[in-house]
Amino acid sequence: MAVLRRDLLLAMRRKSEVLTAVFFFVVVAALFPLGIGPELNTLRLVAPGVLWVGALLSSMLALQRLFEADYRDGTLEQMALSPTPMPLLVSAKLLAHWLVSGVPLVLLAPVLGLQFDLSAEALVTLTLALLLGTPILSLVGGIGAALTLGVRGGGVLLSLLVLPLFIPVLVFGAGAVEAQASGLGAQAHFSILMAMLLPAAFFSPFACAAALRIALE
Amino acid sequence: MLRVSHLSCSRGNKPLFADVSFDLQAGQALHLEGDNGVGKTSLLRIICGLSPADAGEVCWHDKTIQQNASAFRSSLFYLGHGLSLKEELTALENLMSDAAVSGRTLSEPQALVALARMGLRGREHLPLRVMSQGQKRRTALARLLASQAPLWVLDEPFVALDVKAVDGLRGLLAEHVANGGMVLFTSHQTVALTRTNGDSVAVQTYRLKGVA
Repeated sequence: MAVLRRDLLLAMRRKSEVLTAVFFFVVVAALFPLGIGPELNTLRLVAPGVLWVGALLSSMLALQRLFEADYRDGTLEQMALSPTPMPLLVSAKLLAHWLVSGVPLVLLAPVLGLQFDLSAEALVTLTLALLLGTPILSLVGGIGAALTLGVRGGGVLLSLLVLPLFIPVLVFGAGAVEAQASGLGAQAHFSILMAMLLPAAFFSPFACAAALRIALE
Repeated sequence: MLRVSHLSCSRGNKPLFADVSFDLQAGQALHLEGDNGVGKTSLLRIICGLSPADAGEVCWHDKTIQQNASAFRSSLFYLGHGLSLKEELTALENLMSDAAVSGRTLSEPQALVALARMGLRGREHLPLRVMSQGQKRRTALARLLASQAPLWVLDEPFVALDVKAVDGLRGLLAEHVANGGMVLFTSHQTVALTRTNGDSVAVQTYRLKGVA
């Protein structure tokens, strides 16, 4: 809990880092309607995909810094030597990361969705899908960030490592809105997202902790 | 208490040191000497359990630190080259969050007293990034005052401190040892530990030799 508070406090003090990722998402989502033109049917069709890809890329921006600062200044060593189990400390960090980088995207998505002429139901579905999907991005991305810690050129490697793993989240996250629009209902997609989220939430802290211990050696 | 037996370590293909053994009992201080690059920091990291050794073992209360991990970690205070301080946080916030990470309870008044004893009175609410190198180290060392761990492993604790702070730290280490604690530290100076009442505390030295 204390780690969570500390990370949130640090995020408040480093506003520019947080805002960069959020602003990136807003700009990407705002550029597409301008580029495609005022064809409402096309916009409605591409909206979920564009917003999801935007969310994906903007979460990648924040991911590289997840463990970087703690690794450099020795805080990770203290965490590894703490009597508190490391997976627990890592979960707190992952949760803080999602609150800072994921939740703003979820909250902004309905507003940005308006530019794509999405209906109210589609906006609700999109927001719910992002709410289930963005924690997966933080959890799975955290493993990648831990594995590439201290590696030169780790940023590029991280993207190569993690982006392919995000494909299922992208497919079912963006698919939820289409399914809802076609009248099938998004229930199945939500269930699948949930089925990805729960194992990720359980296993990711252990995987991250193991990878971090290797990075510290 | 702490027993290090036949440790050896290498970096890549190059052996650093081999067959390092020593004991540290309650109420003892051990000064680890050695030339630059001989592996002092590597040895301390192995003793803490951060890095694996090529051979040999580290025992805490007759069990290896891997078997005895949780008991060992709650008895250990480690200060490495990274001070684990956050530039954006104030000295007080750093102290509080660090205690929480290490699983210790520390109240705000206690933290303020510790900072004041390290000569940081009036600077408790300054963010670390506006402090000097020495003041940052003082903040890191204030954690010693707040620590109840019996075993202190300190990597170059005297670096970047002014004369007064060096004296203060020596007094602190002496008090800790006199109260039955254990201190293992590296330094390039000879260090004499003197308690506040003038008694001196014996310091053993171990000279780490590289493999030729």
